[in-house]
Amino acid sequence: MKQNMTAEQVNAALSRKRAWGKAQKILANVFIYFVLLLMYAPLIYITVFSFTTHKTAGEWSGFSFQNYTTLFDSGNQIAINIWSAAGNTALVAIVSATLSTVLGTLGAIGIYYLRKKWMKNTMDFVTQIPVVNAEIVTAVSLCVLFVILASVFKIERNFGTLVIGHIVLSIPYVVMSVKPKLEQMDPALYEAAMDLGATQTQALWKVIIPDIVPGILSGFLLSITLSLDDYVITAFTKPTVGGFNTISTYVDAVTKKAGLPTQLRAFTAILFAVILIVMIVMNVRSNINAKKLVKKEKNKND
Amino acid sequence: MSEAVIKQRRRFNFRGSLCMPYAVFMALFVVFPLVLIFYYAFTDAKGKFTFNNWGTIFTDVTNWKVIGVTFIIAAITTVLCVLIAYPIAYLLSNKKYNSNKVLVYIFLLPMWINFVIRTIGLKALINGLTKWMFGFDLTATYPYVAIVIGMVYDYLPFAILPLYNQMLKMDKNQIEAAADLGANPFQVFTRTIIPMTIPGIVSACTMTFMPTMSSYVIANKMSENTTKIIGNIIEFWFGSSSSPNKYNVGSVLSLVMLMIIGISILIEKSISSKDDSRKVGIW
Repeated sequence: MKQNMTAEQVNAALSRKRAWGKAQKILANVFIYFVLLLMYAPLIYITVFSFTTHKTAGEWSGFSFQNYTTLFDSGNQIAINIWSAAGNTALVAIVSATLSTVLGTLGAIGIYYLRKKWMKNTMDFVTQIPVVNAEIVTAVSLCVLFVILASVFKIERNFGTLVIGHIVLSIPYVVMSVKPKLEQMDPALYEAAMDLGATQTQALWKVIIPDIVPGILSGFLLSITLSLDDYVITAFTKPTVGGFNTISTYVDAVTKKAGLPTQLRAFTAILFAVILIVMIVMNVRSNINAKKLVKKEKNKND
Repeated sequence: MSEAVIKQRRRFNFRGSLCMPYAVFMALFVVFPLVLIFYYAFTDAKGKFTFNNWGTIFTDVTNWKVIGVTFIIAAITTVLCVLIAYPIAYLLSNKKYNSNKVLVYIFLLPMWINFVIRTIGLKALINGLTKWMFGFDLTATYPYVAIVIGMVYDYLPFAILPLYNQMLKMDKNQIEAAADLGANPFQVFTRTIIPMTIPGIVSACTMTFMPTMSSYVIANKMSENTTKIIGNIIEFWFGSSSSPNKYNVGSVLSLVMLMIIGISILIEKSISSKDDSRKVGIW
């Protein structure tokens, strides 16, 4: 059948195909951006209503910046609570992610070089436990441990127990991001460094660690993300005294009966703006990188 | 190098020993707490062996109802998440439709804003919409629908990521070959694309199914505290309950959840191993 087609018919078929390809691409993009819009819609909604002072989000009572000024008013109790919760959240995230990265990286290196197969398998299994376990089970099991600690040693749950909870949450992800980098490494390098007179510690610092830095970094970022977004573990391991709150427990507590406080709407809008900026910067940078790559290819071909 | 040095190096595995702090930490804060849960589930507040905790949970009909509801909500959420995430992951991983890797991160970025805030925002938004269109608050009138919407919204990124990773690994030649050999688009999809992405589908399912069961905050917020899932009951026993045996009774439910998780991992393992055999079977 194809042989009988005239040149015009072929051309028409080709252009139809091209048009169909174009339409597909447009449809695909419409779908992707529609879902993205849905994902960001609640944030956009909060941002829009951060510019009005009506108590319930969704009711408009005139444009104003008042939510923002009260958010930065050092005399406003809700603003004070928000900032202290935000500070706690950031502190827990940074401390737990740092400790988790150090412990997890050492753990990943250690597990990778363990000689006994059963030890390796056991460690891999234990690493998987917090990942597959329901967060609430992890949380209550830690809670039981800390309750026992409190009754035996008279140590109430404190900032330390909260950090431990968050390390448990994120440490497997550090191990899992470092592991593939170790697998990609050339094992001869370490031996070479040793043969050239490096001590074990030197070889570790100068050969192994530099090679796995990308894995360590992505583990750290993942830890931060998990810690920022956590509620359940925080609720069960956070300090029992002093009304300590992170953003998630604070927001949960204040929205039990009412909607989002107006200051919190402004706070969310600011966070959202920061994220948008990060997004745009990432996009621009990747475009520049892509262009550079194209140029490089061109130079190579010339 | 002298023999003695080599021998010594053999005996002491320096790099292997680096995992000691990690091993100690995991033993203390991951394994031991789970052992405690196990111990608590079979003892009372005085440490005496008993099965009463199990009776307390399972003679209460409302608990059975909650477990059933949790399963249904989790299952619906998982199916919806995978159905939405699958085409997104496919389009994102396909160079023809998306040459911009950053777009993937844009799907994950909302996670930097706390999910409690996002859930509240979603609740306000959908209530606003349903009030404007039908004149009622969705969260008050149809709490189950609202919960599913909230869960799908919060866990969609967790379903997209494993599917996306799996699809990047997909052998594009196979798809083209199937089309060249005369398969229509539907056949290409069911015979090549789906079999190649089964591991991704399985891990997307586990990434959404398990967390859905424990995320009682979303259930609280999206149903105005009217609907409970397993997480709520566990939270009640470990939190506000005034029973002297509260930790023991709560441990029973935690153990039940551990068992559910164990079973689903077994299912997952059996599916992925079957998938391996099928991969060989295609040719």
